Amino acid sequence: MDILRFATAGSVDDGKSTLIGRLLFDSKAIFEDQLEAVERTSRDRGTEYTDLSLLTDGLRAEREQGITIDVAYRYFATPRRKFIIADTPGHIQYTRNMVTGASTADLAIILIDARKGVLEQSRRHAFLTTLLRVPHLVLAVNKMDLVDYSEARFEEIREEFTAFASKLNASDLTFIPISALHGDNVVSRSENMPWYEGTALLHHLEHVHIASDRNLVDVRFPVQYVIRPHNATNQSLHDYRGYAGQVAGGVLKPGDEVMHLPSGLTTRIKSIDSFDGALDEAFPPMSVTIRLEDDIDISRGDMICRPHNQPHVAQEIDAMVAWMADGVRLQPRSKLVLKHTTRTARTVVRDLQYRLDVNTLHRDETATSLGLNEIGRVTLRTTQPLFVDDYARNRLTGGFILIDETTNGTVGAGMIVDAH
Amino acid sequence: MLQRDYTTSQLDVLEAEAIHVMREVAAEFERPCLLFSGGKDSIVMLRVAEKAFWPAPIPFPLMHVDTGHNFPEVIDFRDRRVAELNARLVVASVQASIDAGRVMEETGRRASRNRLQTTTLLDAIEENEYDAVFGGARRDEEKARAKERVFSFRDDFGQWDPKNQRPELWNLYNTRIRKGEHIRVFPLSNWTELDIWYYIQREGIEIPSIYFAHTRKVFERDGMLLSDDEVVQRGDDEPIFEAVVRYRTVGDMTCTGAVASTATTVEQIIEEVAATRITERGATRADDRASEAAMEDRKKEGYF
Repeated sequence: MDILRFATAGSVDDGKSTLIGRLLFDSKAIFEDQLEAVERTSRDRGTEYTDLSLLTDGLRAEREQGITIDVAYRYFATPRRKFIIADTPGHIQYTRNMVTGASTADLAIILIDARKGVLEQSRRHAFLTTLLRVPHLVLAVNKMDLVDYSEARFEEIREEFTAFASKLNASDLTFIPISALHGDNVVSRSENMPWYEGTALLHHLEHVHIASDRNLVDVRFPVQYVIRPHNATNQSLHDYRGYAGQVAGGVLKPGDEVMHLPSGLTTRIKSIDSFDGALDEAFPPMSVTIRLEDDIDISRGDMICRPHNQPHVAQEIDAMVAWMADGVRLQPRSKLVLKHTTRTARTVVRDLQYRLDVNTLHRDETATSLGLNEIGRVTLRTTQPLFVDDYARNRLTGGFILIDETTNGTVGAGMIVDAH
Repeated sequence: MLQRDYTTSQLDVLEAEAIHVMREVAAEFERPCLLFSGGKDSIVMLRVAEKAFWPAPIPFPLMHVDTGHNFPEVIDFRDRRVAELNARLVVASVQASIDAGRVMEETGRRASRNRLQTTTLLDAIEENEYDAVFGGARRDEEKARAKERVFSFRDDFGQWDPKNQRPELWNLYNTRIRKGEHIRVFPLSNWTELDIWYYIQREGIEIPSIYFAHTRKVFERDGMLLSDDEVVQRGDDEPIFEAVVRYRTVGDMTCTGAVASTATTVEQIIEEVAATRITERGATRADDRASEAAMEDRKKEGYF
């Protein structure tokens, strides 16, 4: 059994909570005491139906104001897969939460109300999903029951969205007509839409192929921690020196020739160690410990790669940055801390090339700063070299976060598009 | 030739993520510690810590907030495990906080030291100058926890502000704090109760005996079976009887209920947990039943 992480985009009005509620309920991930609590609260509030959004709105302020503030993580499993849902709110702090939820997602579900069709909001969701390079996208056209399960309406929405998506380089795009309320095409195929030849949503989630979404080509091993037991009594451990980390790309095997950055020195992998014994190979997302044939001075923040396949060693990078801070704005000369893989450096904003309107995709080159929930293309200069790939090639070696040194808050997320 | 698929099982993915989190803490903080109660989640967390730094020993101490109302079987287990690992255990005692006048013992039938633990925990964090504290909490446990970060910032009063959390992207964690502040770190955030049991099964990890079905003297309160013990205030209208039970969670004797069960092996527990229709905290924890936001309110104060 493997794991599929997916994000859901849409508002309560689109039936997102109902859809999640149905997936959880039909897969028995909602328990009787949780359902009773939700029923009790719905009753107390005078709501006529059981409000399933109360299951995901976990905080007091959310329940009091009837809004979703933050990303909530929900879990369910079928015999085929374990699922982690990043449920992102529809309105408040939208970009910030959606970017966060999408950063680790294998798949995103965008909900569209069949009566309303493709709205500005749907385009924004699709744009953010592709910006974050979520490999699989599902357009769930919901409330089909309210358009008489019309094939013509579904096709109309499909065509309109496909035309828009061609501008985004959306990768794998699947359209499913559903009714979350009645369960049509959610867990099982609907008899109300015999014209639909695809699978139900849950079947798609269970079967979509994600193993090849990881980068298994470019070997990238950011050194996270150096393990030195310093064991005086056990002679075999006395000189042990292992480089611990999580594989960010490629497949590593004992005997492979590897290069260390920043030194540029080459050596071979002596062994790949784990608590459970030596390993024949390591690949993402495994956390392992590597020993090398030669004694090289290696510390946290360094990178191990292959001599003929190296990341860019760069101090000047171009990136799409999503700004997440409330008070301060990002502008040329802003000084920030940048964390990329296991390396942290100080950075200064050299240039804001343009601000992107997430609804129209218009590039505003006259913009002089980015505010909360705005996205733009930025040039950054770092105090130390970073070992980077384009985000499109590897999300783990192409993504970084920005931290404000005065507040210590995480204020931005960056996706590298070019490096020098 | 068939190409390998490189599919990774859910337990391997969860373990790799938790190991990554632990190494990140060891690399970026000065004084981390790991909360170890002898409960199943912290037992799993301890195994992950062992794996993360092997063949070196775990590079931080363990801490237990001891209410004095723990199950003796669990305390025995805790001490045995600590000795096996040759780890350092710091015991923060709620009784000592009461004796020092830091907190007041609750009175009455429902008296519990559950809430008092927060003061003891925060005092111990301050005294030992811990800057990162590992906890075994999982997001599937409770709805306030579903919204908490893996690296959860606490101000210098130990408080959690759910409306002002740091965004968490990819596998990049912001570890920056000022002196006096700390981060609660939850490496098992994405595990479910069943994942924990599958992992215990796969790894062959020992757990305290009270997780398995046994005969115990209990009495019923609010639909829960509480253990008969001198620390539990029992009314005359709450008769004692013998029942075959096991514990699904392990907390204080005063507020942790047993469930009727005949499961005597991990396999049988997995079958039981997979079939149950009640959440673990709903079935067994009086402390969470106080109100809709009982956990959120305690967490804001600095609870686990």
